[in-house]
Amino acid sequence: MFAGSVEEVKDRMIDRETVKNVAKLARLGLSEEEIDIFGSQLSVILENFAILREADVSGVSPTSHASRLTNVMRDDVPQPSYPPELLLANAPDQEDNYLKVPAVLDGGES
Amino acid sequence: MAELYELTITEAGKLLRQREISSVELTRAHLDRIRAVDDKVKAFTLVTDELALEQAEEADKRFTRGDTVSLLTGIPIAIKDVICTKGITTTCGSYMLKDFKPPYDATVMERLNAAGIVMVGKTNMDEFAMGSSTEHSAFFPTHNPWDLERTPGGSSGGSAAAVAAGMAMGSYGSDTGGSIRQPGSLCNVLGLKPTYGRVSRSGLVAFASSLDQIGPFARNARDAALLLQAIAGGDVRDSTCSPQAVPDYSSGLTGSIKGLRIGVPEEYWVEGMQPEVVKAIRDDIDVLREMGAEVSDVSLPHTKYGVAAYYIIAPAEASANLARYDGVKYGYSYRDTDNMWEAMEKTREYGFGQEVKRRIMLGTYALSSGYYDAYYKQAEKVRSLITQDFDRAFERFDVLVSPTTPSVAFKLGEISDPYQMYLQDVFTLPANLAGICGASIPGGFSNGLPVGLQLLGNAFAEDVILRVADAFEGVTDYHTRWPMGLAK
Repeated sequence: MFAGSVEEVKDRMIDRETVKNVAKLARLGLSEEEIDIFGSQLSVILENFAILREADVSGVSPTSHASRLTNVMRDDVPQPSYPPELLLANAPDQEDNYLKVPAVLDGGES
Repeated sequence: MAELYELTITEAGKLLRQREISSVELTRAHLDRIRAVDDKVKAFTLVTDELALEQAEEADKRFTRGDTVSLLTGIPIAIKDVICTKGITTTCGSYMLKDFKPPYDATVMERLNAAGIVMVGKTNMDEFAMGSSTEHSAFFPTHNPWDLERTPGGSSGGSAAAVAAGMAMGSYGSDTGGSIRQPGSLCNVLGLKPTYGRVSRSGLVAFASSLDQIGPFARNARDAALLLQAIAGGDVRDSTCSPQAVPDYSSGLTGSIKGLRIGVPEEYWVEGMQPEVVKAIRDDIDVLREMGAEVSDVSLPHTKYGVAAYYIIAPAEASANLARYDGVKYGYSYRDTDNMWEAMEKTREYGFGQEVKRRIMLGTYALSSGYYDAYYKQAEKVRSLITQDFDRAFERFDVLVSPTTPSVAFKLGEISDPYQMYLQDVFTLPANLAGICGASIPGGFSNGLPVGLQLLGNAFAEDVILRVADAFEGVTDYHTRWPMGLAK
């Protein structure tokens, strides 16, 4: 079912470098094994998706959501918010009602 | 009398209101059933037995005092673990959220609690609702009550299996590309995906925000009508949720579909389908015709692009939605480093399972510079074409019918290739792309395994598909059958 036209996508195969670059964009750590597996799996998936290019979309506007509503407004009425303690209850680490994370600047860039 | 866990919600509700049974008895029957069979089925990630008995006692008090009650008061219900329950662990099937206790209830839970339901537990699912078998749950797969070696479908497999096995009288799931209808089909229960915007998504853990909807599983259309009624309607906490008036679904169940115009999409019969599934659905269509419906073929010409468009759009949205899991605010957090970026990357490496990572990668790729137009924008345009196919079809037809899935329940471990798994959704995902409503109802059997009949309705035509489902139940008995593999 739905095999795409393969000749179009030969040059689009997802190699290890591409996998690593995309993972970096997503801030997603991957094991060496996953880098290999995802490279071949994503290549197969995207080969099959080449069929999208066959669709005649001239003059068609994109649909970004299926909601039949536009510009939903509500009155700006102040309401109590949740207490910080409740919202921080699931935090891995915290101090004085702040979220605590490893240093961002000093040696934090990668 | 039948075992209490075999009753429908409609039947049990009547007995409750007539004080012939108590909610505590009814709840105990379901908790006992869970203890008897769930070590085999594994539908639940959490059984909330103490809470359930408290809620049952409270329901009984409401009946005794003569307080206002709803048609769901005192009824044991299971909730997919993607729906936030205040103070009660909501894992989403992920190691990332294995200890997460939401600070608030989903709007759906607020409404169900106000209706006085009894929550028996949270149900297993594919991680972050990504999958069609529950095999992507970080904890364990759920087994199909009709054949324990097979999958119940997914991602809402736990919710479907719980109702099929008598562990809950009804349940709720979520459907982004078929995650209610496909497990409904594989487990012989009615699964309904409402129109996008019919039910609030506030407190539903986000997968693909333009596609996700919460909906019910039930043993018949009458029960499904009650379960949908309780959750449908506008919500200020979800601006995509429609304020359009909600009809009374129960009163629309007339039992007749005489003159109803039913379309059969030509493109929903594909190569590689199981012949027994084709035969069962063809027979169902003959039944609908004999009932007085006007049945004819219809073409949805852009169907062949559906899988590709969906598996670009849904992962793209997921890659953005799942960016929130950074190990800072809540959820699993890798802290064995001084470097913030490393902490974030390791948190996501260890916290997410393979299917979630695969979709984040696919979505990030499709949104990345240089590929955005070729993949994401193209998929959004194709989405418009698929929507237009349905718009045209619903000018001529009230309901469209098709198989829900190309095959019956497959064996656990049988489909290891991710792309083959994606093809499970071929008949269900177009409805999500177009935002229309759909249901899978029991439509027959193939070698003892259930076959689901899919009913697709126009936006906000849940009343029409429920009427068809109810009328079909009037002349068939598929929905009354029980999986015999499980000891009573």
